[in-house]
Amino acid sequence: MSAVDLTQFHKTFFEESREGLDAMEAALLALDSGSTDHELVHTIFRAAHSIKGGAATFGFADVAAFTHVAESLLEEVRSERRAVDSGLIELLLRSVDCMRAMLERSSQGQPVADAESEALRVELVRLVSGEVAEAAAAATAVAAPVSGWNIAFTALPHLLQTGNDPLRLFRELQQLGRLEVVRAFVTDSAPAQLSELDPSQCHLGWELRLHGAVARGDIDAVFDWLDGDCELTIAPLVEAAAAVAMPAPDTAVPKPAAGPRPVRETAAASSEGSSIRVGIDKVDALINMMGELVITQSMLSDIGEKFELSQLPRLRDGLVQLERATRELQDSVMRIRMLPIGSVFNRFPRLVHDLERKLDKRVRLELQGEHTELDKTVLEKIGDPLVHLVRNAIDHGLESPAQRKAAGKSETGTLKLNAYHESGNIVVQISDDGAGLNHAAIVAKAQQRGLIAAGQELNDAEVAELIFQPGFSTAAQATDLSGRGVGMDVVRRNVRDLGGSVGVRSVSGKGSTFTITLPLTLAIIDGLVTAVGSERYIVPLTSIVESLRLRADAVRRIAGGGEVFHFRDEYLPIMRLHRAFACTDAVTEVERGIVVVIEEDGRRVGLLVDDLLGQQQAVVKSLEAHYRRVQGISGATILSDGSVALIVDVGGVVRLGQRSRAA
Amino acid sequence: MAKILAVDDSASMRGMVAFTLRGAGHEVTEAENGQLALDVARGSSFELVLADVNMPVMDGIAMVRELRAMDGYKGVPILMLTTESHTEKKMEGKAAGATGWLVKPFDPEQLLATVKRVLG
Repeated sequence: MSAVDLTQFHKTFFEESREGLDAMEAALLALDSGSTDHELVHTIFRAAHSIKGGAATFGFADVAAFTHVAESLLEEVRSERRAVDSGLIELLLRSVDCMRAMLERSSQGQPVADAESEALRVELVRLVSGEVAEAAAAATAVAAPVSGWNIAFTALPHLLQTGNDPLRLFRELQQLGRLEVVRAFVTDSAPAQLSELDPSQCHLGWELRLHGAVARGDIDAVFDWLDGDCELTIAPLVEAAAAVAMPAPDTAVPKPAAGPRPVRETAAASSEGSSIRVGIDKVDALINMMGELVITQSMLSDIGEKFELSQLPRLRDGLVQLERATRELQDSVMRIRMLPIGSVFNRFPRLVHDLERKLDKRVRLELQGEHTELDKTVLEKIGDPLVHLVRNAIDHGLESPAQRKAAGKSETGTLKLNAYHESGNIVVQISDDGAGLNHAAIVAKAQQRGLIAAGQELNDAEVAELIFQPGFSTAAQATDLSGRGVGMDVVRRNVRDLGGSVGVRSVSGKGSTFTITLPLTLAIIDGLVTAVGSERYIVPLTSIVESLRLRADAVRRIAGGGEVFHFRDEYLPIMRLHRAFACTDAVTEVERGIVVVIEEDGRRVGLLVDDLLGQQQAVVKSLEAHYRRVQGISGATILSDGSVALIVDVGGVVRLGQRSRAA
Repeated sequence: MAKILAVDDSASMRGMVAFTLRGAGHEVTEAENGQLALDVARGSSFELVLADVNMPVMDGIAMVRELRAMDGYKGVPILMLTTESHTEKKMEGKAAGATGWLVKPFDPEQLLATVKRVLG
């Protein structure tokens, strides 16, 4: 029989096990917060059960052994032989962590069990009352070999309805030895009239003799499935009793697959993160679109083959169709990369649970908008910043129960995570109802760190901005939990790397809200094509506030050579793109060009360009991959005429502009 | 060569079962839980059904019970894929109408041997 290579299923196994563990964790936390839903227990049990089965099947014996004990404990909970208390939940949560780590090590082909997992396993074993129902298949008494058996087998009427078939049994018995049918008979249950005979009922019995040195266990195995479906007596042939000294044949019952199989080192570990599970509806949509595209293509090529001017309207129609199909195809393809943010949110109940204990605070976590979909790349990278913000909110934002009580608030603080779509962006908010930012302390620290001069007057927004400054938060003052030497500046940098922005609003005594705005996808942006000399630059549409033509006298020169103009109650620096990117033959007089006001993190800059050429979706190509990183440019794209346009990195340009004003 | 319905919520187990059986020339249809299996079974016929016991939405025991009540599945062999720690589940499965069981963990050879045992 050809051996099946089981390693091909490992990746799926690890993936689903990870999901199973997440589900276990979520259900455990729900139980911990007082839910009595019995389905939760089933969910937890089912996940453990699947992991155990898979681990054993695919040769991860250590994982299977560990999970087996955890499962036994869960079985007691499920059958209500053991009550759920917080101690048990804590233990099971640790078990989940342990299984997760073991699976991780398995997937990397590393040794799986370690001292920690072993200690935990022993702890679990000790808890499980009685013996673990280990060996159901254990020892059917192995009788001395005999020369044959008498088998009396009478089917009960319903035997056929279980899908069993006496013929199959005889066939199997024949494989064990020579089968002799001594007698076949009709049982009393048979109807008197043939016309009343129901073919789905069985009314037959047999007396059989099986000759040969057959082990009793082998016969038992043949009738294994028929318990309750037949009357059965098996007795050794009488004259055989003396014949003893034969070597015992290999006995009994198929054994469960033996021990650990070598874990083959596969490439799976490295390519792990690069797979994606896609809903079948998304794939169907794709195939559907593809079909339309093919039809359009054939129509167009038909027109092209024998083109006459009279066909111009048809050609136009075809092109319109092509454009629509292409756009929809693009949407469908992009949607494949989109995954719900719930997969990131799901890790927070556990984190909050742990932090509550560590910091002695009471937190109610509210999750909203888990179904909001994000690009897979964005999703993978947004986790760490979110964790940091959540830690911060609980560590620094929410007060202790005593402080909250004193402030007239409920002792349990609320932490809200929310995700939603807003004008082509994904917004993720982390809000708490804690004390809000402590302005005095922030200003004091900023002065101490030399970020601002002593006595400098700052408004609320400016104070809030300070916490994002590099060097504001340092390892020296970070607590064990938040920080770890990583400050809000790193959060902001991570979010910016994803093309997003982060800001904070805070009300003293009422709480803070951190808002992260992210692009739907990194791969395509809606852009405004602008002309600067003979060059084309694309400005992301989402960051454009307004485009306007300035009169020459609206521009003021300030000390240091910078130019500013008045825009909605503030003076904005003018950033001459032709100067920044050294373009020749561009418009240099402000009044002849157009100023595009762009915004990032609430800060605005006016970009001077020659002209606006129109909107276009731009597929972002990495500049670094083909050339090198250029400040103020986030990538490049190819325009419809085949020429290359650079995409303006709004954040970078705004920072350049701000610097030039500061200079 | 037989038409076989494989029901398991674990994609890896289902994949292993289906791959092994297909390798032996069988035609395999997969279903993720009991409910989906019933939907598939209703519009089609199978010579053998392999079903996991623990599944969300509808477990294997309930599925067997429903399947047995369905036209065309009265005498079709149904094997439960179960684990050694749940002997009582075997009996529950039998009471619902299962033909027999295959104890997890099993390897592809054991699976094929058992299928052969049922299909002849």
